[in-house]
Amino acid sequence: MGTADVEAVWRIESARIVAALTRFTGDFGLAEDAAQEAVAEALVSWPLAAPANPAGWLMATARRRAIDAIRRRTALQDRYALLAADPAVDEEIDPDKIDDDVLALMFISCHPVLSPEARVALTLRVVGGLSSEQIARAFLVPVPTVQARITRAKKTIAAAGVPFELPPAGERRERLGGVLSVLYVIFTEGSTATSGDRLLRPDVAYEAIRLARTLAALQPAEPEVHGLLALCELTAARFPARTGPDGSPILLADQDRRRWDFSAIRRGLAALTKASTRGLGPYGLQAAIAATHASAPSVEATDWDRIVVLYEALGRVAPSPVVELNRAVAVAMASGPAQALAIVDELVASDQLPGSHLLPTVRGELLARLGRRPEARAELELAARLCANQRERSVLLRKAAALG
Amino acid sequence: MPKYMLIMRGTDESNAAMMASIEEGIARTRLFIEEMMKAGVLLGAEGLDDPGQGVVVDFSGETPVVTDGPYGETKELFGGFFLLEVASKQEAVEWAKRVPAAPGSKIEVRRVPEEDEVPQDSTVQR
Repeated sequence: MGTADVEAVWRIESARIVAALTRFTGDFGLAEDAAQEAVAEALVSWPLAAPANPAGWLMATARRRAIDAIRRRTALQDRYALLAADPAVDEEIDPDKIDDDVLALMFISCHPVLSPEARVALTLRVVGGLSSEQIARAFLVPVPTVQARITRAKKTIAAAGVPFELPPAGERRERLGGVLSVLYVIFTEGSTATSGDRLLRPDVAYEAIRLARTLAALQPAEPEVHGLLALCELTAARFPARTGPDGSPILLADQDRRRWDFSAIRRGLAALTKASTRGLGPYGLQAAIAATHASAPSVEATDWDRIVVLYEALGRVAPSPVVELNRAVAVAMASGPAQALAIVDELVASDQLPGSHLLPTVRGELLARLGRRPEARAELELAARLCANQRERSVLLRKAAALG
Repeated sequence: MPKYMLIMRGTDESNAAMMASIEEGIARTRLFIEEMMKAGVLLGAEGLDDPGQGVVVDFSGETPVVTDGPYGETKELFGGFFLLEVASKQEAVEWAKRVPAAPGSKIEVRRVPEEDEVPQDSTVQR
């Protein structure tokens, strides 16, 4: 068995192992450390002698490491006695309990006491089973930064006395919203990289989709979980058409829709149906917008009126300047650039998106459509200066130059 | 992300063994499917009906010829599939090892090529 085989088993088992250990030790940080030690041991010993039951091996080894760690903490002798007396750790196969454990792990990893960066790193590490190296590569940060974030996060959780349990029913939905936003941040990083020279990092987006599927399987009665999953699937469905062979971005209008992933669209639409049981929430509404695009044969034949209405609804449940800007784009398509420019100008006047390249990008496009070329050019050049993604920047500069 | 199809290949014996305790087999398969759903890797899963109920469309001649069957040995015949989206071939293999398959049967693990590996518009220069 090679490194990749160990990683494969680890990806499948890590969440359950960390969750089970956390329940038995009552200490999330210790459980995570012990699990990491077990996988490190596996990387050394499996290539020499592969165990018959890799999952059981990992669990047993992690449990021994946890006991070692507790034994070293003399102050916790009583807890060690309790733990050592309990033989049921690896025999435990109550699926409901495992599900609750994994879900509790998600809630811990996305706990509000943690910084957003820590939530992302911890979720990918303990629920997704990614190594610090993989997370660092995904987010283009140094490995020690990821390690430090995870270490600090575990200390923060311990210091705050965060219990390992599902949040009480009253808090559950709000906390679930926090979990969803972490998954969405991960997805967004993969679907439009905030920095670097690549527009898409599908592997990052895929991790978010995988975790969203897990959450949807564990919380099937929560419409917004399906809404987020639908949004991710429908957005990812366009990935194959979003970049050219050289990696440059291709705008929606120019995308070859035959290259969209129709299986992903179908999965997204199915998830959207499940999200619609009690009226759509913010993710469900965004998914509905993505679905409207996905089922249109061309930009011209898109139901822009429906998209405007959906953005209006989104603006009511989750108001934000970005939603307003997107509504302006939809209005431009449905009713022309003049009406849209009024919305954008209002955003400019109230300084709603300071420093963002999106506002001047859209304003520049609208001005160009209105024939106000010098103004349009200045806006697009401003957008290019503000844009951190090199690929997007070159597109903006090209457009500005084309305006003469 | 890489997609893999786990293709179930039974034999007459393994199919017979499966049919002997079909309810248990179905229950175990359901649990396995649930496990893959909770791991976020399952895209699709279907079982196929008795091969004797199928037809074969043969393109050997100028026009397609339709015959009943396939009859005879079920070895090498597909009995069903799981379609997974996973990070690596090793992960697909790891899932394949966990399929509650009947003794004697085989599982073929085949990668589904990514969109950008399929030849596209001939005007695209690489």
